[in-house]
Amino acid sequence: MDNIGMSGRIGVLGIVLAALPCGARAEVSFADDIEPLLHRSCVACHGEAIQQSGLRLDGRDSALKGGDSGPIINPGKPDSSTLVHRLEGREGLVRMPPAAPLSEQEIELFRTWIRDGAAWDSSADNPGAGHWSFQPIKRPAVPEVRDQAWTRNPVDAFVLARLEREGIAPAPEAEPSVLMRRAFLDLTGLPPDRPDTQSPADYEGLVDRLLRSDQFGERWAALWLDQVRYADSDGYEKDTVRPHAWRYRHWVIEALNRDMPFDRFTIEQLAGDLLPGATTEQRVATGFYRNTLKNREGGVNVEEFRFEEVADRANTVATVWLGLSMECARCHDHKYDPVTQKDYYRLFAFFNELDEVDIDAPLGGELGPYLRARPAFDRDLQAIYAEYEVRELQRPWTEKMLWAGENPGVEHEWDTSWDILALYLDDGQRILRTPVERRDWREDLALTEWFLRNYSRVTSDEDYDATGFREAVKEVHALIEALPDVSRARAVQVDARPVASHVHPSGAWDDLGDAIAPGTPAVLAPLDSPGPAPTRLDLARWLVSPDNPLTARVVVNRIWQAYFGTGLAANTDNLGMRGEAPSHPALLDWLASELIDAGWSLKHVHRLIATSATYRQSSQWREDLAERDPGNRLLARQARLRLPAESLRDASLAVAGLLDRRVGGPSVRPHQPAGVAELGYANSVEWSESAGSDRYRRGLYIHFQRTTPYPFLANFDLEERNVTMCSRERSNTPLQALNLLNDPVFFEMAQGLAFRVLSETPGRSFEERLDRAYRICLAREPRPSERSAMRDYYVRQRTLLEEDEDAARTWFPLDSGSAGWPDDRTALAAWVGLSRILLNLDEFITRE
Amino acid sequence: MTHEHYRAIRTRRHFLDTCAAGLGTVGLAHLLAADGASAAASPDPLVPRQPHFAPAAKNLIFLFMAGAPSQLDLFDPKPGLRKWHGEPLPPSMTKDMKLAFIKPTAKVLASPREFSRCGQSGIEISDYMPHLQTVADDVCLIRSMRTDQVNHHPGQSMFMSGSPLVGRPTLGAWLAYGLGSESRNLPGFVVLTSGRGASGGSSNFSSGFLPSTYAGVPFRKSGDPVLYLSNPPGVSRDSQRLSLDTLRRLNEQNLERTGDREIAARIASYELAFRLQASAPGLLDFSDEAPATLDAYGVESEPTSAYGANCLMARRMVERGVRVVMLVHASWDDHTNLDEGLKKNCDMTDKPVAALLGDLKRRGLLAETLVVWGGEFGRTSLGQLKHVGDKVGRDHHPNGYSLWMAGGGVRGGQVLGKTDELGLNVAEDPVHVHDLQATILHLMGLDHERLTYRHMGRDFRLTDVSGQVVRTLLA
Repeated sequence: MDNIGMSGRIGVLGIVLAALPCGARAEVSFADDIEPLLHRSCVACHGEAIQQSGLRLDGRDSALKGGDSGPIINPGKPDSSTLVHRLEGREGLVRMPPAAPLSEQEIELFRTWIRDGAAWDSSADNPGAGHWSFQPIKRPAVPEVRDQAWTRNPVDAFVLARLEREGIAPAPEAEPSVLMRRAFLDLTGLPPDRPDTQSPADYEGLVDRLLRSDQFGERWAALWLDQVRYADSDGYEKDTVRPHAWRYRHWVIEALNRDMPFDRFTIEQLAGDLLPGATTEQRVATGFYRNTLKNREGGVNVEEFRFEEVADRANTVATVWLGLSMECARCHDHKYDPVTQKDYYRLFAFFNELDEVDIDAPLGGELGPYLRARPAFDRDLQAIYAEYEVRELQRPWTEKMLWAGENPGVEHEWDTSWDILALYLDDGQRILRTPVERRDWREDLALTEWFLRNYSRVTSDEDYDATGFREAVKEVHALIEALPDVSRARAVQVDARPVASHVHPSGAWDDLGDAIAPGTPAVLAPLDSPGPAPTRLDLARWLVSPDNPLTARVVVNRIWQAYFGTGLAANTDNLGMRGEAPSHPALLDWLASELIDAGWSLKHVHRLIATSATYRQSSQWREDLAERDPGNRLLARQARLRLPAESLRDASLAVAGLLDRRVGGPSVRPHQPAGVAELGYANSVEWSESAGSDRYRRGLYIHFQRTTPYPFLANFDLEERNVTMCSRERSNTPLQALNLLNDPVFFEMAQGLAFRVLSETPGRSFEERLDRAYRICLAREPRPSERSAMRDYYVRQRTLLEEDEDAARTWFPLDSGSAGWPDDRTALAAWVGLSRILLNLDEFITRE
Repeated sequence: MTHEHYRAIRTRRHFLDTCAAGLGTVGLAHLLAADGASAAASPDPLVPRQPHFAPAAKNLIFLFMAGAPSQLDLFDPKPGLRKWHGEPLPPSMTKDMKLAFIKPTAKVLASPREFSRCGQSGIEISDYMPHLQTVADDVCLIRSMRTDQVNHHPGQSMFMSGSPLVGRPTLGAWLAYGLGSESRNLPGFVVLTSGRGASGGSSNFSSGFLPSTYAGVPFRKSGDPVLYLSNPPGVSRDSQRLSLDTLRRLNEQNLERTGDREIAARIASYELAFRLQASAPGLLDFSDEAPATLDAYGVESEPTSAYGANCLMARRMVERGVRVVMLVHASWDDHTNLDEGLKKNCDMTDKPVAALLGDLKRRGLLAETLVVWGGEFGRTSLGQLKHVGDKVGRDHHPNGYSLWMAGGGVRGGQVLGKTDELGLNVAEDPVHVHDLQATILHLMGLDHERLTYRHMGRDFRLTDVSGQVVRTLLA
C-alpha cells in the first residue's frame, strides 16, 4: 500500500512540476511561494484582526503553535499535517479556504514546503523581509556553459546555462536585415535610415552608432515619460494647458543622449533644487514633480488636492525607483509587502515641502534678444497701466481681496474671487499677499492680468465696461506676444512656510494622526543623513546608493522589458511580493551590478543587451516550445513586438520621407479630426494645428492633452498619462486598423512614400520600384510570393481607377512631367495604394 | 473574469472564433487543425463571456446627466423648505454640509415646482418632466443616493470609476471586460454625447489601467460616427476591399513564415474594421424607423433632436448587441438661473427618455436592458447667488440626491430611500455610489467582489473596498 501511495504521489508531483510556470523551482521558497498564498487565502480569517478557531497564520510562532485543535503543521510530514488535510478537504473536514479552495499545484507547494521542513524564513514582525528583491545585490558568478561559441557576452551565459539545463537549444540568429531593422527600431525608434543601408558586417559598430545618435534619447525618453506620467495639461475638469511642460522633456532627452549616469539622473530630478549652487538645468530636472495632475475646478478644496499631489508624488517615486506599490499603505499597512502606513507617510513627508515655481530656463540663443527687448516692453506695459488707471483700481481691489480671504462668508462675490484666484492662477494668493514692489515681475504681470479680467466678478457690468479693461487685456496680451521671450520651465522649491507632516490613519487628507518625520521604509537599508532630519537630497542619494537593492534591479528590468517584450521579472511595476519572481534571477542581479559598476551608465546596459546573442536570435515562433514555454520566458528566441505608438508614427513618417528630425523643443499639434477636442469639458480644450513641418515631428512631441489625448496615441495604447505606467499594452483592435487605413495623416504618409519611391527610381520598371519600396520599409527585397501579390494588386487597382479619373488624381495629385515616373495617372495612383498596403503590413508595424 | 483568466486569453495565440467565422484560408485552417479541440479561449478580448451568474439584464443604457441635476426640483419634493424659504438655516442643521461655493449661511430656496403623483405607483415627479410622469410605473426611483465628492470631476470619476482620482477603469469598461460584447460588428462600449461636454471629459468612459480595447468608443455627432470610419477621399469600397484582400494575402504569408499567431489576430482586426465600416453608417440611418417612432423620440423637432437621436441610437445599438451605451448629457450644473437652466435640459431630454423606455418595452427589450438615469451628485436646499444681479441657483450636494433605474431586473413603480424633511441628508436606506455600482454589476450577472484586475500588485475592483447590492430594488 505504501508503495502505491508513494508512487502515486510522485506521479502527481511530477505532473505539477512539469506544469509549473518557468522560473519556478523544484524546491519551494517560503517567501516566494508560501507566504503570498497565506496572505492571499488565509490571513483574512486567520490573521491579526480575526483568528478563527484560534488560528493565526501570519507569523511563524503562532502558525506552528496551531489553533484550538492543536498544531496543524508537522514539519517533514505533510501527510500528517492538518493544514494539508484542510487544504485538500479530506473526508470529514471542511475544505479551506471555503470560498476559493487552492489549486492542486498550490496545495502541492504546501506539501513540498512541509516535506522540506516548513522553514519559515521571515519573522512575524516583518513578514516578507526575506523576499528576493529586498536582499542585497550580489554580483553572481557567470555560469559555465557547454556551447561557449554561442555566447557573445555574459548575458548569454546566464540565458544559455538555463536553456542547457532544460535541454533546449537557442534559436538561430535572425536574418541580417531583420536584425538591422530590430536594432534601429529598438535603439532609436526609427527604421534604418537609408534604403541602401546594407546589413553591416560590423553589427557592434552599428549598435555603437545608434547609441550615439540623437534619436536614441528620443526613443528612450518616451518610456521614461510614461513612468513619470508626463503630459502637457493639468488633467481634471478644465485640463489647463501647461505651456512650459516640454522643457522637462527636453531635459530628459538631452540627459539620456549624454548618458547622464542614472544616479545623477535621479538626484537632479528628485532634488536638483537642493544641490549646492544648483544650475538652471538641475532645477529644470525637478520638473519631474510638476507632472502630477492639478485640479483647478471651481469650488475644490485646495488643501485636499495639494494632499493628493503629494501622495501622487510619493506613489510615483515608490513605483518608478523602488518598484513597490506603496500606495496601498496610504490607508493601512500594506497587505502583501513589508511596508507600513508609517513608512508611507515618512516617504510622503519628503514631498510635503514642495512649492511650485516656474523659472526662466533659456535655451541657446534666446537670452540676447530677450534682454534687448525688455526695456521697451517694461515702458509700454507701464504706459498701458497708466492709460487705464490700472494700479489705482487694483490697490483697493487687493485690499478687499485680502479682507475677503480673512472674512469668508460675508460678501459672496468676493469669496468666489478669492477662492478661484488660488485655482486659476498658480500661487495667486501668495502673490497677492506679496507687496507689489517685492513681486517677481512675471508674477506681478500674471496677477495684474488676472485682475484685469476678473475685476468684472465684483463690479456691475456697467462699471466694468467703464474701466476699459477689456481693451487693456488685449493690449497687454499683444505686448506679451511681441516680447521675444525665453523658454520657461516648471520647477519646485522648498515651501517658505514649513508644512508639518502627519500619518493620515484613514488615508483621507483631513484625518490627521501622529506627526511624522521624513524617512525611508524600515525593511530597506537605513538612510544616513548628515543633518538633523533627512532631506529630499538624502532620499535621492539613498535611492541610488549601493545599499538600496531595488533601484538598479528595477531599472535594468524595465530596459530588458523594452528589448524582449517582458521583463526578467514580468511585473516591471512591482518587484514586491505580489510581483512574479524573475525568470533569470542571477542575470537580473548581474545586470544590476553591471549598471552600478559602470558608474550607472545606461548605455552600457543597452550595449550589453543589444549586442548579446540572446538579443540577436530569430523571433520565429517555435512550435517545439509551444507547450513548454509559450510565453518565451526561457528566452529561446526573440519576440515579435508591435511597435509602440510613437515608433509606429515615426517609422511611417520616416519611410514616407516626411519626418522632421529636429530634436527637442515645444510640443506640436498634428492634424486631428474635428470633434475630438470637443469631448473635453465645455470647449475648454483647443487644438490649433501646427504649421509647416512641425506636423511631421516625432510622436513624443505630440501635445499630450490629458482629457482628450491625440486619438492615434490612444488607439495604440498610450491613452493615459495620469498615473505612472511602467509597461504598455500591445493591443490589437479594429480601431487601430481604421486609424492606419483611413486617418488622413497616414494617407498622406502613403502619398509621401509613393512620391519617394517614384522619385528615387526614375525610368525604372515596376519590379525595380517594388524592390526599392520594400527596401525602404522593411530593409529587404520582396519575396516571390509578395511580388506576385503586389503585382496583382497593382494591375487590379489600376483597372478600378480607370473608371474614376478624379479619384486617381486625388490619390496622386502630381503629373509625371519629366520626372521619369509612369505616364499613366492610374499607375501613379496605384503606387499610393501600394504604399498604403506596405504601411499597414503586420511586418511593417512590428519589430521582428 | 479574473485577471488570470484574462491573461490566459491574452497569451493564447490561437485565434479561433473570429478566424473560423470570417476567414477560411488554408493557413488559418492549418493552424486551427493544429490547435485541436482544447483551445476554447479566443484572444478576441471582446468575445462574449460567461457572467458569474445568470444575469437579469444583458445590456446597459446609462443616461448620464452630468453636472448634477437638482433632485429637489425634479424627484424629491420638500414642502418642508417653504417655511424656511429666504432664511438661513441654524448652524446646527448645516454642520454636515459639504459645499463647493456657497457658505452654510446661504438662504434656503424652496422649489417652485409642482409635483404630481404618477401612475399606479403614485411616484411624485415634477412638472418639468411631464413625459417621465407617464412611464413612472416602470421606474425605480432612489431618493437616498450619496457620494463622497463635492466637485464635478472627482464626483464624476467616483460615480463612473469608483474613485475620485483619475486613472481607474469606468463602469462601461469593467462590463466590456467582464462580459465581452454580443456585437461582432460594433464596439462593445459606445458613448454618445450631447450638450456642452462633461467635466470628466473622456475619463468618464476611460478603460483606466484595463487594456484600451475596453474604453468607451465615442460615436460622434458630425463627420465620421467613429473616428477614421470613412475611407480616405477617392478610395471606393471596391478599392478598400482590394487593398484589404492584398494586405491579408501578404499578412497570411508572413503568418506562415513566422508562425506568430498574433498576425491572425491582426488579420481579424482588419476584417472587423471593414465590417464596422459597413455597419456603423446603417446605425445612423433612421430611414427604416416608423415616422411615429421618430416623432415619439422627437428626432426631427427641437429642442429634442440631439438627445432624441442619441436615445434612438441607443435602442438600435442594444438591438445589435452592443453591451453598454452611455449617453452623456451636460450640463445640469445650475449654480445660477436654476429655473430656466433646468427647464432647458428637461425639455431637451424628458420626451426622448420616456420614448426610449416605451420603445424598449414595446419591443420586448426593456426586460433585458437596464436603464439608469442620474448624475454625480445633487444640489443644495440652500440657494446660490454667484454674481450681483444673478437669478438664484443651487450649489453641489453629495449628501442625499435622486437617481432612477428601469428595465432588466429592476422592480419598477417603487421609491427607495428617503431624505430628511429639508433634503439635507439621507434619512432612510442610503445608497452610496459604490452600492449603485455593485447593484448594476449584479444585475448584469457579475459579482462586484470577483470582477477584478491586477494592477501594480493589487487586484482592483470597480467598487474599491466597499459596495453592497441593493436587494430591495431587484425585481
